[in-house]
Amino acid sequence: MSTAAAALTRVRGSSLIDAIGLLLLAAIVLWFALKFFQDPTRFLNVAIIGATNGAIYGLVALGYTLVYGILQLINFAHGDVFALSGLVASTMIVSVFGLDTETGVLVVILGLLATLAVTMPLFAIVNASIERVAYKPLRSAPRLAALITAVGMSFIVQNVALGLYGVDFESVPNFIPRTAAISIGEVEIQWNKIAIFLIVVPVLLLLTWFVRSTRQGKAMRAVAQDPEASAMMGIDVNRTISVTFVIAGSLAAAAGLVYLLQFNIRYDTGFELGLIAFTAAVLGGIGNLTGAVLGAMLIGMVQAFNEGLDGTPGGDWTRSIVFAILIAVLVFRPQGILGERTPEGA
Amino acid sequence: MSEAVLDFTRRLRGDRGWWVAGVMILLAFVYPFIVEPLQDLPLIGDFVPRTGSMVVMVVFTMMAVGLNVVVGYAGLLDLGYVAFYAAGAYTAGWLASLQFEDVSFHFGSTAPDNQPGIHVSMWLVLLLAGAFTLVVGILIGLPTLRLRGDYLAIVTLGFGEIIPQVVRNADEEGLGFDLTNGTFGIAPIDSLGVGSFVFRNESNRDDLYYWAAIGLLLLTVFCCVRLRDSRLGRAWIAIREDETAAAAMGVPLMRTKTWSYAIGAFFGGVAGAFYASYKAGAFPADFFFNISIFLLCMVILGGMGSIWGVLLGGMILGYLNIEGLATIGSKIQEGGVDFDPTKYQFGIYGVIIVVMMLFRPTGLIPERRHKIELAEGVHDTPFYDVQTEGALTDRNPSDD
Repeated sequence: MSTAAAALTRVRGSSLIDAIGLLLLAAIVLWFALKFFQDPTRFLNVAIIGATNGAIYGLVALGYTLVYGILQLINFAHGDVFALSGLVASTMIVSVFGLDTETGVLVVILGLLATLAVTMPLFAIVNASIERVAYKPLRSAPRLAALITAVGMSFIVQNVALGLYGVDFESVPNFIPRTAAISIGEVEIQWNKIAIFLIVVPVLLLLTWFVRSTRQGKAMRAVAQDPEASAMMGIDVNRTISVTFVIAGSLAAAAGLVYLLQFNIRYDTGFELGLIAFTAAVLGGIGNLTGAVLGAMLIGMVQAFNEGLDGTPGGDWTRSIVFAILIAVLVFRPQGILGERTPEGA
Repeated sequence: MSEAVLDFTRRLRGDRGWWVAGVMILLAFVYPFIVEPLQDLPLIGDFVPRTGSMVVMVVFTMMAVGLNVVVGYAGLLDLGYVAFYAAGAYTAGWLASLQFEDVSFHFGSTAPDNQPGIHVSMWLVLLLAGAFTLVVGILIGLPTLRLRGDYLAIVTLGFGEIIPQVVRNADEEGLGFDLTNGTFGIAPIDSLGVGSFVFRNESNRDDLYYWAAIGLLLLTVFCCVRLRDSRLGRAWIAIREDETAAAAMGVPLMRTKTWSYAIGAFFGGVAGAFYASYKAGAFPADFFFNISIFLLCMVILGGMGSIWGVLLGGMILGYLNIEGLATIGSKIQEGGVDFDPTKYQFGIYGVIIVVMMLFRPTGLIPERRHKIELAEGVHDTPFYDVQTEGALTDRNPSDD
């Protein structure tokens, strides 16, 4: 009897929380619809900014979600690896390849590809080394131990960036013009935004192909589902984890480059962006690759709308809003929009 | 070893504990009198902290002891402790400054009677700040403490980011009502003192604040030790060791966790208010994420759950932060090497965290029980369990 009553209150409690969550969601959707009809042009322009930022966040968020899916570890250092890779990319672009506004289109494309060819393997190795040095010895330790270590690693990587590049922002010249490439009415898409998508979309397709169709990708999915069983099936768990960190590191490097096409970067950029990206991963459902990209798009949109539309709290509050979303998701729907895919969450 | 011998060694260790504690307390109280001769010593003299620096070190150590209740006892990773520090400091700003000029309310304050604003006695404000922060802790804890350990960490981090931003934005422009005076912060905040004896106006103000800080720290340590040995404290440790087993034994998880969070917050609030009074202001630039990590680093360096350890870790890192790194840096630069360790202080703390977690996860002065837990690997879900879990063995019932 008492257990039945307890179960009943539990069900009631959760349905109450669900109801509040749905109400909140409905209010937000309504508000967006209202804003769209008030000023469609502005709304769409802001949405394009949001989608671009979302694409960048998505690349970083994938790194978090891949690692979380396989190790259940929030790799705090990931954001800082991203920032360091962006800084190195800026050096490559400016000092090594010397791209500037005068450079021809073909050279720009080759230069960007060459930069990626350097930074992606480099930071794949950096990320895998971080795992080997800092996380691997803690596999059998309590989970919090690894999490604390990750926070420590984050500070170390950040300070390496500080030591190498100092406190100034690094930027690259506008070798990709920021003029409108496509304009429909007053809705414009600039060239540099198109370039960002031209890098992000192939990288995402490549990643999807890798995880879905290759033997190593299959091993990753298996280890994410059940490390013990996959070890019994002859999968090299350590190798698979290393591969995951290699992929996450190269995604971070790609993100570092595309970030440069839109923004300036400095040693501590990675901390805040990392948190935003992690929020995106949680929002979409941690461990879920599609979810990470979806969540990142949503967060990018929310941020852009907050900063670009009237009647919102404005840029001073962006961080608070992003974290409020994170907290709301964790309280109302901890498994995220698309559901988490981790050994314990599945 | 037979049971009798074991018992005797335990007693001996306990006695030494009190003896050491007595000497330490005595040394702590006479520090302002011996600091000048100490600073004149050759070689090490330059490294002896000023009394003013000691105040800051003690305040941060006090926060670390409070954080230890959450992280060390209950095993909940809190990455947003700075929120409580900020809440405490701003409570002091609201209740003991010129912030609310339209109101004039005086209650046992050291501020002149004709000054506008709310001026409650600073001693009372310390308590009120603690109480307010405790409520904040409960409000943050209630919705979030059901989350898994790592999610909890990220949510606390979220609050640790939100609260400072709220504080920075909650002025006329951002809120429509000037709550925190925005980026300028609230200053001046009243001094501690009794009647016309105002600490800040005395020539030895640092000494007076220092003694008050030591008194508060002692009180905090006393409360924490008593709490740890209480029914509640034992419940915290049970949750830390094995949440499922604790729940099965009838420990109410939510309530127990929330209390650890709230009590940890309380000490953070008191320390924050005290520090605001010492600095005579609450400024939003003081509250940022790195402070949370700095405090966490103190707890980890000293030893999670170990009072002695946290005191040691807090004083070491507090010293490095306020004076040590700068002193070491100037020594290095005198030697002709252009390297400024203060610039990389958080990198240094990061190295400390990683090295400690890898090589001595129990800290400098380990709590015995925690050491056993880590050795057996039964506490919490293992990070990545491909091996079998450690076997349950009898534990030593007594703890440091």
